[in-house]
Amino acid sequence: MAKVVLSCTVNSEPQQIIIDDRDSLADVLRDKLHLTSVKKGCEVGECGACTVLINDEAFDSCIYLAIWAEGKEIRTVEGLMDADGEISDIQQAFIDEAAVQCGFCTCGFIMSSMPILESDEEYTRDEIRKQIAGNFCRCTGYENIANAVEKVKEDRMNNKK
Amino acid sequence: MYDIKKIYKATSVQDAIKHLVDDPNALIIAGGSDILIKIHKGKLAGCSLVSIHDIDELRGVSMQDNGDIKIGPLTSFSNLSKDHIIKRYIPVLGEAVDQVGGPQIRNIGTIGGNISNGVTSADSASTLFALNAMLEITGPNNSRIIPISEYYLGPGKVDLKNGEVLTAIIITKENYEDFTGHYIKYAMREAMDIATLGCCVTCKLNDQKDTIKDVHLAYGVAGPIPMRCPRAEKSIIGMKISDEMFNTLGKIALTEVKPRTSWRASKEFRLQLVEELCKRSLKEAIKKSGGVING
Amino acid sequence: MSIGKSIKRVDAFEKVTGRAKYTNDYQINNAYVARILHSTIANGIVKSIDISEAVKLEGVVKVVTCFDVPDITFPTAGHPFSLDPKHMDIADRKLLNQRVRYYGDDVAAVVAKDEITAARAVNLIKVEYEEYEPILSIEDALKEGVKPIHDDYPDNILAHSSYEIGDYENAIKEEGLIAFEGEYETPTVKHCYIESAVSYAYEEKGRTVVVTSTQIPHIVRRVVGQALGIGWGKVRVIKPYIGGGFGGKQDVLYEPLNAYLSKIVGGRCVKLNIPREENFVSTRVRTAMKFKIKSYVRPDGRFVARKIELYGNKGAYASHGHSMVAKACNAFKQIYQDEIATKGDAYTIFTNMPTSGAMRAYGIPQITFAVESHVDEIAKALKLDPIEIRKLNMMKLGFVDNGIKCYCNGLEECIEKGKKYIDWDNKIIEYKNQTGPIRKGVGMAIFSYATGVYPISLETASCRIILNQDGSVQVQMGATEIGQGADTVFAQMVSEVLDIPIENVHMVSTQDTDITPYDSGAYASRQSYVSGMAAKKAALKLKEEIIAHANFMLKLPLGNIDLERNCIVNKKTGEVLCSLEEVAMHALYNKEKSVHIRADITNQCKSNSFSLGVCFVDIEVDIPLGKIKVNKVINVHDCGKVLNPELAAAQVHGGMSMSLGFALSEHLIFDKKTGRPLNNNLLDYKLPTVMDTPHLEAQFADTYDISGPFGNKALGEPPTIPVAPAIRNAILNATGVSFNTAPFTPQRLVEKFKENNL
Repeated sequence: MAKVVLSCTVNSEPQQIIIDDRDSLADVLRDKLHLTSVKKGCEVGECGACTVLINDEAFDSCIYLAIWAEGKEIRTVEGLMDADGEISDIQQAFIDEAAVQCGFCTCGFIMSSMPILESDEEYTRDEIRKQIAGNFCRCTGYENIANAVEKVKEDRMNNKK
Repeated sequence: MYDIKKIYKATSVQDAIKHLVDDPNALIIAGGSDILIKIHKGKLAGCSLVSIHDIDELRGVSMQDNGDIKIGPLTSFSNLSKDHIIKRYIPVLGEAVDQVGGPQIRNIGTIGGNISNGVTSADSASTLFALNAMLEITGPNNSRIIPISEYYLGPGKVDLKNGEVLTAIIITKENYEDFTGHYIKYAMREAMDIATLGCCVTCKLNDQKDTIKDVHLAYGVAGPIPMRCPRAEKSIIGMKISDEMFNTLGKIALTEVKPRTSWRASKEFRLQLVEELCKRSLKEAIKKSGGVING
Repeated sequence: MSIGKSIKRVDAFEKVTGRAKYTNDYQINNAYVARILHSTIANGIVKSIDISEAVKLEGVVKVVTCFDVPDITFPTAGHPFSLDPKHMDIADRKLLNQRVRYYGDDVAAVVAKDEITAARAVNLIKVEYEEYEPILSIEDALKEGVKPIHDDYPDNILAHSSYEIGDYENAIKEEGLIAFEGEYETPTVKHCYIESAVSYAYEEKGRTVVVTSTQIPHIVRRVVGQALGIGWGKVRVIKPYIGGGFGGKQDVLYEPLNAYLSKIVGGRCVKLNIPREENFVSTRVRTAMKFKIKSYVRPDGRFVARKIELYGNKGAYASHGHSMVAKACNAFKQIYQDEIATKGDAYTIFTNMPTSGAMRAYGIPQITFAVESHVDEIAKALKLDPIEIRKLNMMKLGFVDNGIKCYCNGLEECIEKGKKYIDWDNKIIEYKNQTGPIRKGVGMAIFSYATGVYPISLETASCRIILNQDGSVQVQMGATEIGQGADTVFAQMVSEVLDIPIENVHMVSTQDTDITPYDSGAYASRQSYVSGMAAKKAALKLKEEIIAHANFMLKLPLGNIDLERNCIVNKKTGEVLCSLEEVAMHALYNKEKSVHIRADITNQCKSNSFSLGVCFVDIEVDIPLGKIKVNKVINVHDCGKVLNPELAAAQVHGGMSMSLGFALSEHLIFDKKTGRPLNNNLLDYKLPTVMDTPHLEAQFADTYDISGPFGNKALGEPPTIPVAPAIRNAILNATGVSFNTAPFTPQRLVEKFKENNL
C-alpha cells in the first residue's frame, strides 16, 4: 500500500487528493469528498447504487480503483445542481414521476441514465431499460424510474429538433 | 478499500512484463471486475497486482492489411459493441459482449480479461471459439500466437506464463468473411447474470442460400471450458436447411458436450439447453445470411 | 385539501440530490470498525476459540468471543412489548453464540481501526467446533430422537396452534361432496433492501447511542437495553433515512452487539456495516412454508369444509416466533368461508437454517400461493371459471374474524377491473387447445390482508405537532418512513385537518428515541391506519388549540370561528378575521398569556380492517427452454380511500415486482449437506432487474373504510401477495401443468414439462 496524490476533476472542479492506492473510487468520493449521493449497496459492482460518470460513461465506482481516475473527469449527482440550486430535468422527473421511494438507489439510477440523456441518438423504451439494467431497485418495480428517464429523453430530443 | 498488498500501474506492455517478471506472484488487473471482487470476497485478499488498465496501446479494434481484425484485449465490452469494424464485419461478437452483466460492467470489463480468467461462462468466449480467434501473447523474450482453444488449460486456468501478457485477439478473414452468427445467452435474468449456457453459431450458406456451406458451433458452460462441437458441425455441412438438419445438429452436439451438475443448474437441464439453443442460434444465423427456414 | 391528491414526496428532493443522509453517510472521526466472525458449521457448539494471532495484528483494538459476552438472552422481534409473560417474545439470542445453530451464526467479533484490519483479524481467528448433524429441513427437525436445536423445545416445534370452525369430520360426511387434496411449498427468500444492515454506536454522558437503519427505533432501544442488561432509558436510538426494509429491519439485528462493542472499547464509536453476503443469511429471511390442504366441495364449487396443515421453517432462532405461521393459517379461513367447517393446524419448526422473520405481507404471500393454487385446481377439475368459484366462496362485507372486520369490500370491483384489463373472457377462449412449444395463458388470484396487528398485539402510535411563528408546523411521528411514503401521507393528513398548505407541514423524518414520541414502528401496513389516526387526532387537537387562542386574541366568544385556508374565519360568514401566522405570533409573544401551541397525542387503535385485492396476468411459456414471459400483469387493490394515487401506484409496482421474483426466480439456495449458503449475493440471488420486469399496471377500487382515519386501510404490503399464484395459475391455463412449488425456475419448468410429455 502507498499514499498517492490523485489529480482529477470532480463535478467540474479540479481536485488533488491524497489517497490510499487501495481505495476504490467510491471510497474517495464518499470519504474524502463527502459526496454522499454515491451509495454502497454491495461493493462488488452488482447493485449500481455507486454509479458515477467517468469521462461521461457510467461506472460502478465501488469496483473502480481510485488510482485509475487520474486525469479523468468524474461526475456525481451533486454536480447536477446548478449554482442557483436548480436541479436538473432528470432529478425533477424522478420527483414528478414518483420514481423515488427509499431513495437509496435513486442517485445511481440518475447517473446511469445520463449517458442516454446526453446522447444524440434516439432510444426506445427497451433500449432505455437495457441501459439502466445495471442498477437494482427493490421499491419501485422500475416502472416509474423508466418513465422518468423516458420522459426526459423525449423532452431533450424534442428540444434538439 | 481493497486488501491489496501492492499495486503497480504499468505504463506500457514492456513495463508490465518487467514488473510481472520481478514479482512472479503478482496478478494482472485490467478492468478489475473480476479481480477486485475476488479480493473483496477474500479469495485474493492481500495479493500484489500489476495494473495494465492504463496501457492505451492495448485498446481498440483495427483492420490489418491482410483483412484480419485485431482486437486490443483492453477494449471494453461496450466499446467493442460500438466499434464500426466489429459492427460491420463481426456483429455477432459485439452482440455477444453486449449481453455481459449490465452497462457499468460492460464499460469496465475487457474482452481480454473475460477470456483470461478462464471461466467457461464468459460471454465472449464461445463466440471467440466459433470465430477461431487467435491470441497474441507477449512475454519477456518473445511473442507467440496460439488459437484460443489452446489458451484454456482448465477451469480458471489459461496459458499465460510468468511475465506474459495477452496483447491481441485476432480474427482472421476466413473466419468472418461470408459468415453470419448468432449468440444466445441463456440465463436466469435478462441482465446482470452469468450464462447458464452460452451458445454461438456462425455459418456460411451456398449461393442459393438453402444449404450449409460451413458452420461453427461453440458453447460456454457445456463443459469445464468453452468448447466447439466439431462432429456436430461436420454432420450438417452440405445439408439442406431443414428440420432434419437442425435436429441432427442438436443430437450430435449432445454427444460432444460435457456439462456438469452444479447448484446453478443440473446436467440434464443444461443438456436440454445444448440441444435447443444450437438450433435456435443456427436459425438466427441462417436468417442473417439470407437463408429461409421452413421452405 | 391534500387527501386523495398526488402530492410529491416530502423527501424526494433530498433523495434526488444525494442530500438525504443514511446511516453510513454520517462522517465520524476516528470511528472504529467491527466485523463479525460467522460459524462455518450449521449445528454444534464452539469448543474453543484461539484469538492469539488476531490480537497480534496491528490495528486490532479488541477481539471478543462467545465466551466473553454477558450471559443474557434477549428477543429480537419487532413486536410491541407484552406485559403478559405468556405473550412475550422468545428470548433465545445472545450477543454471540457458543451454541451454533446455523451456518453463519455469530461466534466472535473484532473491533479494529480500519476495515481491512478487521477483515484480516477475523480470518486469523481459529475456532474449534463440536459438530452435530445439521437439521436443514422441517422433516429432519421432526424426526424422532433428533438433538433439539433449543433445549426448551425438545421436539424442535416452537409452537403449534389450531382452530376448528364447525365440525369438520362431520361436515365431510355429506354425500356428493368432491374431495381435493394438494401440497404446496414456498421458498426461503430475501428482502434485498438496497441498503444493507448498518449501524454505529457510541456512548454519550454514560448512555449508549445507536444510529441504525431500522424500521423500529423504539423497539431497538428496548432490546438493546434488554441485551446489555441496562435501563432502557440509558439507550438512545436514532433512525436516519433508511434504504428499504420490507420487514427485514422489523427485527433487532446487530444493534445490541454494536452497542456492546462500543461499550467494551470505552464508549468509542464503533461502526458495524454488514456486508451484503453476510446480510443475506445472518439477518432475517422470509419463512419458507409447506402446506397440505384438503377441501370438500359441492359440484357447483361451493366450499363445504376445508382443512389446512401448515409448517413454517423458522430457522435457527425464534425472531418473530409463531406469529407469521399463525397469521398465514388464519388467512385460510378469512379470504374464503366454508359453508360448514374449516380447520387449521399450524406449526413453526426450528431448523439449522437462517432465521426467518418478518417480510412484506408476513406469511400471506405464502398462504395465498397455496390457497389460490388449490382453488384453481378445484376450478379446473369442476370445469368452473376460476373467477366464478372465487366469487361463490370469497369474503363478504361485514365478515369478522379474530377481531378483524371487512368494513368495506371492493373485491368484485377489483375483479371486474382486472378482468377487463387482461381481456379475460376472450383470452380464456383464445388460449384453449394450444399445441406447440410456445403457449399462452391467463391466470388470476385474490387475497385479503389485515391492517395492523390488533387485537393480537398492542396498537399504539403517537404524534406531536408544534406550531411555528409563521403558521407552519413540525410533525414528529414515532412511525417510520422507510421508503413507503409514510411521511408524505402524514403530511397530507395534517395539511388536510388544519387546512394549511402542504409546504407548511414540516415532517421530522428522523426518529430519535430521546425526542420522538413512541410508536412501535413500520410494519403490518399499519402506518397510515394506526399512526395516521394519531396524526389526524394530533392535528385536530392542534386545531382546537389554535382556535382557542384565536378566540382569546380576537376577543370573540367561543364557537363561532374556524381555521380554514390558513386563516381564522368567521364560521357563518366565512369572513377572514386574521391569518394563522398572526395567531401563531400572538400566541408565542403576547405578554398577557403566552402559549406554545402544540399537540401531543397517542392513538391506541382498537380496530382492524381487511384490505383486499386481485392480480391478473397474461403470460407466454417457452416449453423447451422453461421460460415464462409476462405479457401483461395488473394488480387491483381495495385499500379503502387512496390517500395519494401516484405514490399508492408506486407502492403497488414495487410489491408486484417482488412477487414476480417470488414466482419466477428468487430463492436462497443452501448446500444440502452443510447448510452453507450458495447464492448469497445480488448476482446469484435473482431479484428481477428492469429488463425482467414488464409494465406493471396498478389500479384501485373506489371504496371507503369507515374505520380508517381518512377512509383508508392497508396498502404497504398487500401488492406483493397475489402475483405469484396468478402466474402459477396462468401456467396451468397455458400448459395444463400444475406447479405447486415456488419459484417456477426454468429448470423446474423443463423437468416438469418433460414429466408431462410436453
